[in-house]
Order: sequence, then C-alpha cells, then structure tokens
Amino acid sequence: MIYTPSLTAIVIFILFVAVVLVLSFYLARKTKSASSFFAAGGTIHWGVNGIAFAGDYLSAASFLGICGMIAFSGYDGFLYSIGYLAGWIVALFLVAEPLKRLGKYTFTDALDARFDSKAIQLAAAVSTLIVSMFYLIPQMVGAGALVKPLLGLEHHWGVIIVGAIVIFIVATAGMTSTTYVQFIKGALLIIFSIVLSVYIFNNGLKLNPETKHQSYHQFIKLTPALENGRVTKAEDYKVMDQVQINEHQLVKLEKSGIIRWFLLINANNEMVLQEMLSTTLTPNGQKLYNGEPAKNGKFYQVGHLSKIIVDGKEVDKTGALGPFEFLSTIEKSEIVRFEQLKFSDGKNKVSVWYQNITSGSDMMKPGLRFKIGKDATPISKLNFISLMIALFLGTSALPHILIRYYTVPSQRDARKSTIVAIAAIGTFYILTMFMGLGAAINGVLDVESSNMSAPLLAKAFGIGLFSIISAIAFATILGTVSGLIIASTGAIAHDIIDNYMGKNLSEEKKVLAGKISAFVVGIVAIILGIAFKGMNVSFLVGWAFAVAASANLPSILMLLFWKKTTAKGIAWSIVVGIISALGLILTSPMMWGRYGLNPNDAIHQLNNPAIISFTLALLTLIFVSLATQKDNHKKKDI
Amino acid sequence: MMEHGPAIKPGNDAASKKKSKLGVILFIVYSIVYGGFVIIGVVNYELMGKIIVKGQNLAVIYGFGLIVFAIILGLIYNAICTNYENKMNKEEAS
Repeated sequence: MIYTPSLTAIVIFILFVAVVLVLSFYLARKTKSASSFFAAGGTIHWGVNGIAFAGDYLSAASFLGICGMIAFSGYDGFLYSIGYLAGWIVALFLVAEPLKRLGKYTFTDALDARFDSKAIQLAAAVSTLIVSMFYLIPQMVGAGALVKPLLGLEHHWGVIIVGAIVIFIVATAGMTSTTYVQFIKGALLIIFSIVLSVYIFNNGLKLNPETKHQSYHQFIKLTPALENGRVTKAEDYKVMDQVQINEHQLVKLEKSGIIRWFLLINANNEMVLQEMLSTTLTPNGQKLYNGEPAKNGKFYQVGHLSKIIVDGKEVDKTGALGPFEFLSTIEKSEIVRFEQLKFSDGKNKVSVWYQNITSGSDMMKPGLRFKIGKDATPISKLNFISLMIALFLGTSALPHILIRYYTVPSQRDARKSTIVAIAAIGTFYILTMFMGLGAAINGVLDVESSNMSAPLLAKAFGIGLFSIISAIAFATILGTVSGLIIASTGAIAHDIIDNYMGKNLSEEKKVLAGKISAFVVGIVAIILGIAFKGMNVSFLVGWAFAVAASANLPSILMLLFWKKTTAKGIAWSIVVGIISALGLILTSPMMWGRYGLNPNDAIHQLNNPAIISFTLALLTLIFVSLATQKDNHKKKDI
Repeated sequence: MMEHGPAIKPGNDAASKKKSKLGVILFIVYSIVYGGFVIIGVVNYELMGKIIVKGQNLAVIYGFGLIVFAIILGLIYNAICTNYENKMNKEEAS
C-alpha cells in the first residue's frame, strides 16, 4: 500500500501522546510502595477498573485484527468477537472473586496461596512471561504497521516509539498510571467506534464507494481474442504471457513499457480480461505496484458492492440505513472481495489480487475462512472447535487481565468491574461487525494489510476522524503493552526474585527491581517487534490465548473447585500446558508454511492447539495430584 | 494514596460459598448456549444462513445474542450476589 502522511494526523497524534505522558508524570508522584507499583494500591474504583479492563483487553488484535478479518472474510472474523467476549463469562463466574481473595500482586500469588511451593512460583512466573511475550509481539508489530500511514515513518520507528513511551509509563508510575491510560483509551475507543458506526449507517450502501475524501479506481475490462483458450490479442495491449495458477488463467499484458496482470473470466458467456492489482518483487529488491514504482501511486484501495438489492429490486444506492437494515441489505446483496494468488514470473515474485464476487448471504455466515461448511474436513472442523475453546478459556488465564483484579479494594468491586468490562467490551464487539462490513464495501481496503481496515475506513469519512481513530489505535497498543509489561515485571521482580529466589526485597528495592525489569522486558519487546515485521496481528494473539488457556486455566479452575489439587499437580500442569501448546504450534501447518515448507507435510494438521493441550494439562493436574496426595497435609486453609 | 476500606474484607465473606455455586450454575448455562452455537456451526452449518427474523440470519441473531446474553447474565449474577452479601454478611456481623 502507498501512504502519504497528513499534518492533521501528526498533530493530533502528538497531542494524544503528550496527554498520556503528562498524566503519567502526574500519577508518578503517588507511586512509592510495591503495592502501588504492581497493583495501584488496590484503590481503583470498580467503574474505572471495568473500563480499564476494556482498555487492556481491546488490544490491536480486536480493533485492527477483527475489523480487518470481518472486512476480508465476513462473519468468520466475528467469531473472534463472540469467543473473546464469551471468555469473560469464565472470568466473571469462576475466577474474579476467588482470585481477588487469594492473591496480592500477581496470579502466581493466588495459585501459590495455599501451598508456598517453589515449583509453582517458578512455573507460574515463567508461564506469565511466555504468554505475555506471545501477546507483546503482535502489539509491537501492530504499532509498526500503524505509524506508516499515520506519520510516514518506517516499521521499526513505530516499534521503538511504542517501546520507549511504554517503558517510560511503566517505569515512572506502574499500575496506577497504566490503569488511567487504559481507562481513557478504553472509553475513547468505544465512543469513537460508535461515531464511526454512525458514519457507516448514514453513508448506507452504494455501488460506487467514492466520497469527497477519496476516489475509487474503476477496474478495466478488456475484450480479448482467443485461440484454444489462449489469449492472442487484447485491444491495444501487447500479450506477453499466460499462466494457470490453480483454476485461474492469468494473462500478462504490456502497454507503454508497463506490465499489468489480468484475469481471464467468463462473464455472461463472454470471455473478458479483468484488471487485477499486482505487486512484483524484482531480484534487485525493487517493488513495483501494478507494474510501476510506488511513487507513481498506481496501487488502489478496494472492496465494493457489485449488486444492491432493496425490496427485491436492484438499486445503485440505499441512502442512510439503520443497523439491522444495514445487515439485512448486505445479506441480499453481492460483495466484491479481492483474493490473493502468489507465483514466480521468471526471477520476479508476483502477487496478484483478483475480484471474487461473494454473495451477501455467504458473507454473513461462517465458512469463508474456517472451512466448516460443504468443503469441510474432520480436521478443519476440529480446528474450528479448538479455536472456539481457546477463545472461551483463554481470557481468564491472561496474566495482564488477571492482575487487574488486584487493583480494586474488594471482591465485590472485582465482580462489578468485570460486569462493566463485559458491557463495554460486548458493545464494542457488536460494533466490530458494522466496522468490518463497512470497510469491506466502502473501497478502503489495503490488500497488503487487513489490519489497517478500520483506520482506513475512518479516512474515507474525513482526515480528522482518521487521525483520532489512528491515535486511539496507537494508544490501544500503548495501553495493552503497558499492561503486559507490568504483568511481566510482576513475574520477574515479585514472583521470581522476591519469592522464588527468597531475596525478601524491601519495598523500595522491589519497586526498583520492577522498574529495571520493565526496562529489560521493553527492550526485548522492541527487538521482537522489529524481528516479526509483517506477521499477522491476530495470528499470534490467537496462539497466546491457546497457550494461556492450556498453561494457566486448568490450575486456576482446579485450585478453586477440586480439593485434592496439589502443588506438584499445579506445577506439572503448567509445564505440560506450555510445552504441549508450544509444541503443537511450532509443528503446525501454519508454522510449516512460515518455515518455507509445504503445510500439507506438517507433522499434524491442527492449527489451533487448545483442544489437545488444555486437555493434556488438565489430565496431568488430575493424575499428578492423585499421586501426590500425601503432600497436601502442608496445605493452608484459606 | 488515600485508602478506601474494602466493602468486604478478603477472606471474610460469609456469602462466598453460595456465590461460587451460583457462578458455576450460570457458567454451565452459558457454556451450553455457547456450545450450541459451535455445534450448529460444525454439524448443521447451513442452518446458520437461515433467515430468522427481520432479514437477519441465525448466525447474526445467535452471535449478537451470545454477547447480549453475557451482559444480561452478568447483571443477574451481580444482583443476586449483592443480595447474598448484604444479607449473609449482616447476619454474620449480628
């Protein structure tokens, strides 16, 4: 995608970051004790904490990832919204209050409250660090992706800016400052998602998605001459080549020295060459967009409707629509999605995106991304079930979510703040459906990065809205990264140095250890954020959920609901959960593809590990606990 | 920083057993409804596309419904728990 930064966007962004930093300075004056650094002194109001939960939870994966996935794959993206929200039910009904009762600063405290076991302290702290790192990488990658359209900076600068600001926020004021940053960001994200949705409804549906803020490229159609299925002539273009990729016939044409790719299709019994978007990577590293250098600006945002049906009749536009009318009209209409094909053309690596007309009814039900319909296999169905389990069980095992229960004064406040979180997050997730579909039909999609769909949709409605939405998206990343770094510093300074190594640090030294840990974790996050450039934001987050659900949740649940649980049972369950989830991920078809191997040759065909790794961790806990019952005489009653 | 006194001191909540039982029941209720959604998706996928009401298909109604249902269950749970706490912790104190 070719982006040009805007001055308004830069000014709004800088103002936004400045406010966050001033707030951190102001709150930093109050952070002196370890309790205040790691858990905001347990004095945060439940309403503020509830919205801060939303701030923590609605990470880059939710705002950028889900909206993007809905825009590209329809309802399948919304499955993430459903699963992420359902996870809060586990948090509210099973985990919130007992965890608040048992813990102090970290979730390791809660797991270890009855046992005082070195094995639990180490296993739970390591698990916190691994899950937090899995979660940190996509946030940092998201930051890198955002700064390009917003500030015109390269990926690594985005990662470094986020890293530096977050280290500053965390190291100055710890959890208090992080909480208020999350509160402001969570509230703004929900308010402006509502504003964006209102714009979408007012705009309605139209065949030509041009607005006064953006033009829309009209794709060329050529009438070719054919001989035995091969194109011999194409109006005033010179025919260079014709290749078959899967079932598609791709034709390479040239005019005025510029190479373009077209798709040969049968439109109403007439053969037509339809223009595609293409990128070509030459052996000397130059990237051409539709055959021309980036500076020529010949690469376009896409996504439009090819047919709109209202009351059984085809129309060009609908005018303003209500939320339910918006969905039911899309259900009856047709959407043009752009699908990617990759191939080698001599020494050049070519990607093309062709128009795929998708019925609204297919867009509005699962199946475009997750194969559970007519072309499903038992493995693809198992993948779907496993994903839905990971999303359901992962939320209440995420360390940066769990630590937020220690920032409120009482169990009642923990419960109330969870309900505020569910209401706020639920509202946002319902809006993801409208924002995702809005992006799909308003000609704003960047085919190279689904993550930018929601901010680019805002851009179609005006640069001011785009700037605010992008600044909030950036703050979303800042907030989530802060929460993750606090969780990691708690694991290092409190769980490992203070408890596991038995250093018995003074309050000041514990805070200092926390600040040094924040600096180190922040630097590691910056390095990983740069190294993983180009990785899909929602990709790793889904895995973070699977690892969290497998490593942490069996222990949390069994500790609360099974009296025979032992310290060794918990420690082994965490170890087995981490190893099995990571092992399955690293040997999955998706990773096989990333290693440059054929995904079909992978050791197994399961991309979502939770169904196996969660079960293994649970069984380990049960068997080891039953075998070590004699240890339980030392268990404390709480 | 100013300390607010906890409404209920951690570890000293007479209602905790009843609340925990209620939590488990509501969790099972929600899990069944959530499980129903996943099972329809896997077993009878075409049903998801069936128009149910006002031009909305089952996938939209069920999906939005799961989100709204979570919020409603949360509010019910909080109301009952608060009631337990007010009643039982008062009894405990008297």
